Amino acid sequence: MSQLPEHKRSRRLLRAQDSSKMTLIQTKDISKIYRAGSVEVNALMNVSARIEAGEFAAIMGPSGSGKSTFMNILGCLDTPSRGQYLLDGTDVGTLDRDERANIRNKKIGFVFQGFNLLPRTSAIENVELPMLYNGLPAKDRKGRAEEALKNVGLAGREESYPSQLSGGQQQRVAIARALVNNAAIILADEPTGNLDTKTSAEVMELFTRLNTESNITVILVTHEQDIAEYSRRIIRFLDGRIISDERTGRS
Amino acid sequence: MIDIPTAIRISFRALKRNKMRSALTMLGIIIGVGAVIAMLSIGMGASKRIADQISSIGSNLIMILPGATTSAGVRMGSGTQITLTIDDAEAIQNECPAVSDVAPVHNGVAQVVFGSQNWSTAVTGTTPGMLAIRDWSLDSGRPFTQQDVRSAAKVCLIGRTVSDNLFGEADPVGQVIRIDKVPFTVIGVLSVKGQSPQGQDQDDSVYVPITTAQKKLFGTMFPGMVRRIMVKARSMEDMETAEKQITELLRQRHRIGPKQENDFTVRNLTSIMQTAEQSTQVMTLLLAAIASVSLLVGGIGIMNIMLVSVTERTREIGIRMAIGAKTWDIRMQFVIEALTLSIIGGIAGIITGISASKIIAMIAGWSTIVSPLSIFLAFGFSGMVGLFFGFYPAYKASMLNPIDALRYE
Repeated sequence: MSQLPEHKRSRRLLRAQDSSKMTLIQTKDISKIYRAGSVEVNALMNVSARIEAGEFAAIMGPSGSGKSTFMNILGCLDTPSRGQYLLDGTDVGTLDRDERANIRNKKIGFVFQGFNLLPRTSAIENVELPMLYNGLPAKDRKGRAEEALKNVGLAGREESYPSQLSGGQQQRVAIARALVNNAAIILADEPTGNLDTKTSAEVMELFTRLNTESNITVILVTHEQDIAEYSRRIIRFLDGRIISDERTGRS
Repeated sequence: MIDIPTAIRISFRALKRNKMRSALTMLGIIIGVGAVIAMLSIGMGASKRIADQISSIGSNLIMILPGATTSAGVRMGSGTQITLTIDDAEAIQNECPAVSDVAPVHNGVAQVVFGSQNWSTAVTGTTPGMLAIRDWSLDSGRPFTQQDVRSAAKVCLIGRTVSDNLFGEADPVGQVIRIDKVPFTVIGVLSVKGQSPQGQDQDDSVYVPITTAQKKLFGTMFPGMVRRIMVKARSMEDMETAEKQITELLRQRHRIGPKQENDFTVRNLTSIMQTAEQSTQVMTLLLAAIASVSLLVGGIGIMNIMLVSVTERTREIGIRMAIGAKTWDIRMQFVIEALTLSIIGGIAGIITGISASKIIAMIAGWSTIVSPLSIFLAFGFSGMVGLFFGFYPAYKASMLNPIDALRYE
C-alpha cells in the first residue's frame, strides 16, 4: 500500500482537528465493482457526497440500490474500487487492513439491524469489547462501559445477557458499545428493522439526542420513510447512484 | 492490541462453553504426552538397570578363560583344558601396560559353618586386586593382602547374604567360620552389590586368598592352576589394546605357534554390556517416537476443533473486526485458545504419564525413571503442537472479510 509519510499524515490530522466547522466525510467519484464469475456488478457508480460533522443523515433506497455498499465503505469495512474516500481528511484507500480496523475502533460506531451482540456475554462485557482493542487498561474499561450503559438508559442491566433483554434494550446495548470509544460517527444499518413501532421511536429519539446533545454525526440506512423523518437530510440511492439529496425541515 | 490476560479470559470462556468438546480434544494431547512420558520412563528405567549392572560387575572388565580342549576329535567346550596359572596372572600384571589390575580366580562351592548355622555358598579364591576390579568396597573389617596370599592365610571376606545367614545381626569380623571343615577367620564384610546381569546374588559369596583356595579347599590338577583371570583395563579406550597385549603375552607364554589356535579365550565383558545398553537406548527412542505420533494426532485433533470453532464463530469474528479488532487480535485469540487446550492437556498428560509409569513399575515390576528432562520435553512438545496446529485456524479467522463474516448465519 502507499504509505503517506508520517509527518504528512499527522499534519493532515492536525488540520482536520483545527477546523471546527469541517467536512467529516467526503467521497469523490467512488465506484464499487463486484465480480461474480464473468459478470461485473456495479454496486456503486461515481458517487460523490460530503457529510459535515454533526449531521444527521438518512440513506434510503430499495434493496440493491447500493446503499449498504456505500455504508460499508463509509464504515471502512470495504474499500472502493475507484475514487477516493476521505474520512476526517485521511484517504482511507491508502490504509491497510489494521489501520482501517483502528479507524473503526476509534472513530466509528456500528449499529446493526440484528444488534450483533456477542451471545452468552453480559451487556457490560459487550460494551467493553471495543476498549479491548485500543489498549485501555482493564481497570478503566468497566467504568466507561457503565457510563455508556447509563447514557442509553440501561443502568442496572449490566450483568444481563442479550437473551434476557428485549429487542429495544439489545439495540441500546449496541448503541452504548458504539459510543464507548467516543466515536465521532454512528453508522446505523436498519437499526429499527427488528423493532416494533414504539421501541423504534425510542431508539430513534436516542439517536436524535446523541446527535443534538453530543454532536455525534449519525448516518442511518433505512427504507422506512417515518424513520428517515427523524433525520435532517435524506440521501436516496437507486442503481448505484445518488438520485436525490435533500435537507428536511425538521429540527 | 488486546492484552494477554483478557485474551486468556476470552479463550477460557470459549472453551468452557463446549466442555465436552474441549475435554475430548484435550484427551488427545493427554494421551500423547502421557504416552511419551511413560515410554521414556520405561526405557530410561531399563537403561539405568543395565548401567547399574555394568557398574556392579566392574567397569572396563576383561575375563580370560582357559581354552577348549579337543579329546579324540570331540571339542569339550571352554574351560575344560586347564591352561591358566597364577604366573600367567602375574605376567599380565607386570607386562601389559594397558592393564591396571589383575585377579586370578580359583573357585568352587562349599559348605560354610558358624556355630549351629550352616550355608552353602560360592567360595572364590583370588588376590587383593579383585576388589579394585569389581569396584567393591567393604562395610567393615579389612581386605586381605598380598602377604595373606603369599602365606596362604586362612582368612576370608564374606558377602552380606552369607553374613545374614550365619551371623544374623551379630558382627562377623574376627569370628572363625569353617569352610569345608577348614577354620577361617572372617576379616571383613563386603558391601551390598545386588544381582549380577545373570540374576545371581553377588552377595552370596565368600572370598579367600587364592593360594588358600588352591591348597586347602579345592586342590589343583597342577600347581598354580586357576579357573579364570579377571583383568581391569586402565580406561575404556585401553580395552582393545589390553585385549591385544594379553593375547600376545599368553600365546608367547603358552608357546602357541602362529598357525595354532589359542588355548584360552579373552572376553570383553564391558563391551557386551554396553551393547545391551545401547540397544535399550535405541529401544527407548523408538518407543518415544511411536508415542509422539499419538501426540501429533492429538495436535491434529486440536486443529480440527479449532477450524470448526472458527467456522461456528464467524459472526463473532465479524463483530470483533467491525468494532476494531486487528489481524493479530483475532489471531492471538484463537492461538491462545489452541495453546490453552494443549497446555492444560499437557499438564494433565504429565500427571497421567507419571502415574502410568508408577503403575507399570508396580504391576510389571520394571524399574521406571521419570526424568525432569522427559517431562520438560513432552510439555514443550505439546506446547509446540498447540502453537503449530492452532496457527492455521487462527490465520484463517484473521483473514476473514468482515462484511462476509457479519452476514454469516
